[in-house]
Amino acid sequence: MTAESPKPGSVHATPALPAGEPVWRALLGSTVAGPLVALLLACLVFSLGTRTFLRAENISLIFQQSVVVGTLALGQTLIILTAGIDLANGSIAVLGMVVMAKYVVEGGDPIVALLLGFVVCMVMAAISGTIVSRFNLPPFIVTLGMLTAIAASTRLYSSSASYTVPPSLLTWLGNSIKVGGATVPYSIFVWLALFAVAHYALTQTAAGRHLFAVGDNIEAARLAGINVRRTLLSVYVVAGAIYAIGAWEALGRIPVADPNGYSTANLDSITAVVIGGTSLFGGRGGVFGTLIGTLIVAVLANGLTQANIDSLYQQVAIGILVIVAVAVDQLVRRRRAS
Amino acid sequence: MRIRSSYPALVAAVLVVASCSSSSSTPTTAAGASATSASAGGYTIGIVEQQLSNPFFANLEAAAKAEAQAHGLTVITAESKVAGDAATQVTAIQDMINRGVKGISLDPGNATAVVPAVQQATAAGILVVAVNTETSPSTAVAATYETDNLAGGKLMGQYAKAKIGSTTPVVALLDYDLTDKTSKARHDGFLAGFGITDSSPEIAAEIATQANADSGQTAMENMLSAHPDINVVYTINEPMAVGAAAAIKAANLSHPVIVVSIDGSCSGVQAVKNGQISATVMQFPSKMGKDAVDAIINYVSTGQKPSGIIDTGTTLITDQAITGVQSQDTTWGLQNCWGATS
Amino acid sequence: MTSRQALTAAAEAGQPPTPILEARGLVKHYGHITALDGTDFDLRPGEVLGLVGDNGAGKSTLIKALSGAIIPDAGEIFLEGNRVNFQSPHDARAAGIETVYQDLAVAPALDIASNIYLGREVRRKDFFGLVFRKLDYGYMRETSTRHLMDLGIGLKSVRQSMETLSGGQRQAVAVARAAAWGRRIIIMDEPTAALGVRQAGQVLELVQRIRARGLAVVLISHNMPQVFEVADRIYILRLGRRAAVLRPQDTTMADVVSIMVGAIGGDVPARGQGAATPPTATPPGYSLTPFDPSGS
Repeated sequence: MTAESPKPGSVHATPALPAGEPVWRALLGSTVAGPLVALLLACLVFSLGTRTFLRAENISLIFQQSVVVGTLALGQTLIILTAGIDLANGSIAVLGMVVMAKYVVEGGDPIVALLLGFVVCMVMAAISGTIVSRFNLPPFIVTLGMLTAIAASTRLYSSSASYTVPPSLLTWLGNSIKVGGATVPYSIFVWLALFAVAHYALTQTAAGRHLFAVGDNIEAARLAGINVRRTLLSVYVVAGAIYAIGAWEALGRIPVADPNGYSTANLDSITAVVIGGTSLFGGRGGVFGTLIGTLIVAVLANGLTQANIDSLYQQVAIGILVIVAVAVDQLVRRRRAS
Repeated sequence: MRIRSSYPALVAAVLVVASCSSSSSTPTTAAGASATSASAGGYTIGIVEQQLSNPFFANLEAAAKAEAQAHGLTVITAESKVAGDAATQVTAIQDMINRGVKGISLDPGNATAVVPAVQQATAAGILVVAVNTETSPSTAVAATYETDNLAGGKLMGQYAKAKIGSTTPVVALLDYDLTDKTSKARHDGFLAGFGITDSSPEIAAEIATQANADSGQTAMENMLSAHPDINVVYTINEPMAVGAAAAIKAANLSHPVIVVSIDGSCSGVQAVKNGQISATVMQFPSKMGKDAVDAIINYVSTGQKPSGIIDTGTTLITDQAITGVQSQDTTWGLQNCWGATS
Repeated sequence: MTSRQALTAAAEAGQPPTPILEARGLVKHYGHITALDGTDFDLRPGEVLGLVGDNGAGKSTLIKALSGAIIPDAGEIFLEGNRVNFQSPHDARAAGIETVYQDLAVAPALDIASNIYLGREVRRKDFFGLVFRKLDYGYMRETSTRHLMDLGIGLKSVRQSMETLSGGQRQAVAVARAAAWGRRIIIMDEPTAALGVRQAGQVLELVQRIRARGLAVVLISHNMPQVFEVADRIYILRLGRRAAVLRPQDTTMADVVSIMVGAIGGDVPARGQGAATPPTATPPGYSLTPFDPSGS
């Protein structure tokens, strides 16, 4: 790195450095502004429309219902930021659940079961990551294939049966504490903590910068000396660990490992990421948007149920939100590029 | 960059396709992989099922296969790739016609889409019977072996009504897509058995869910949040009921809630035994499979065709029996259930 | 003694100065195509060398070999007299050679400071940096701003994302990035190709400022007036071989173009001879008329 201060005799004196951007301006210009507004609007509408929406217990419910998909969506965010996508995350988590539950039901130690769950999820994710990073196949196709293979394997492994887990370490995240009249299970704290860690890693570390660069312009990242292959593989493996945590949270919510469960969790997680403002084309977005996107979906489900509106309207609303989110992303890109 | 710009199209395509599917498994059509030969001299029959990853259909197919093999027949099997997939079944039926099967047991993925293929088979002299659900029209096949879901629903409703006694009922309905014949029949049966209609004020909430535990739990939680006085819950199947039971338990209500379900899986009966579900109505997929194959065997040996819609039976399973409503207890239930115990 | 003084001293002594970067007999094949056919190359310290040639002459391949992006099939490369063997762009960068690629190789969604420090991010020296690997954005932004100002590039804030900049501004940032990290040599591939006149002029000014710092620059360009304006020597590549190396004041644009397309023979030394052509050598057959800028 050449001189840290201007060389003697250089043409220009050093004027004062430009001031940083004010926080509120950064927030408004960022990709989460829109989703945040949408979330607040939805909450407003439902709290006016029903008597029960704003109750502490109900808010807690919304968070509880968001935890598993929200955790999967967190891993999904990291992968989508690299301009990839993971269609297999739900099936990986379900496999993890089944492996952990089966092990304990058949007499195994819960701690070993939990470790097994992590190993299985991370290995599956690593397979996807290796194929994507080493053979340069499109993540869409790779994870689609993995989804099919893993879902079938899970059913074979469990003979299509569900496993009910007795109270143990595996269900520990379902224990809760009371916060101001609302029940808050440990899984919510884990979820929020994961978000904080992911947000920090993405915005404050070199690995985070590299992740964005790989998704934004992979050639530029490569030419800048970033080990693109390692970045891609590690993002899938990290996501795999996150999916294992999701599996653990799911067992805490309901102690049954059902191979047919969470069948739409993969698409739900992608929905949450996209509604939250992260671009499907990579390089833009973040986990805070995913948190909002997950909550939006849960708020809609909860509010519409309470208002006794047909759940089909909920599907329509989510579909519209996804299209709007992608359209806004495109508009912003085009405006900025011109 | 060109690759990236086709991503939205790809994503949209998969979202459309995947939204129609809940599971995906490759069909086992034709060519040896699924043809199980028995002793020489037996003829071939075809068994076309829905997704075998669902233990109900797996149980049905297994019973049919066992009956066929016990009589020395060769079996060709096929299954739907996803819920509602009739295309794979149609291809399989045509293949079976070419292979010269004498009879086909068919569980239609779509009631109307399979009819042309069924007519082709019938015209070729093959006996086609339906299992689990009817074709449309139901006379397209020689006979149908299915659960009378309306009767099953009625049992659920009668039990719930008798159990709630004189307490004012506040009913929650956890349905599946009501355009599905089975769901609709169960739904209507329950309402009839309970003595209410779709517009009765006793119904506090109604939701169509994905018929699995996590969506059942979420739906129940949201309903209880708005109507904490719900005391009767109708569920379309047992995984839903287990999810709903978890939500009810977590809600710490001060009154008991009656949860009724239907299907008769072993894990479902276990849930009744555990007290999570008050009662469930058992159906008998193995009877369907066996009876269908027996009908084919009878036709081949005597030329006599079966006819009509044959109810393979529904039995209420509960440990809290109520006079006036016939039931069996969970011990009997566990002996006669289908699927694996969880 | 600075490198410019060394250059001047050597010129006055009538000897060519020791090249900072030299290549002998570079060969690169792509299937049937020979991109480099025994190319010789030399770059003197503190000079701007204009690298010109027709399409397909092998310019990109040559600079890729010099910057470590490709490994030549044969030939040797010397940096400050020492034999080097670049296995990757990383090796070349470590040796002090930075490249500004034609498509800039920047991440459009990231901001200027992030792009300048891409792959070379700086962590804080405190507890957060050591344990939690926290980046020192303050330092990176401050030094990025200084680098831009050093080169006279006026931008509102290094927190702007690259895609909000104009083409010329983006080019300037890419050049500034190379200048910030390059310790010896900057290679630029068509830096003004996509720019308007005024912006191109600003980039050429940047090139001159970089030279003023003592770095050597290899400048690929199709734009003859710009090459003549800023280059100390012009290296003409034709069909994968060095056709001629001339000073702008010793030749005309028309002649350079003619050598590029082969209309007139250039001064191509026999294969194996690596010595730089003395700048005053007159190729047989044509005269070197001084360049007249008023004609452009």
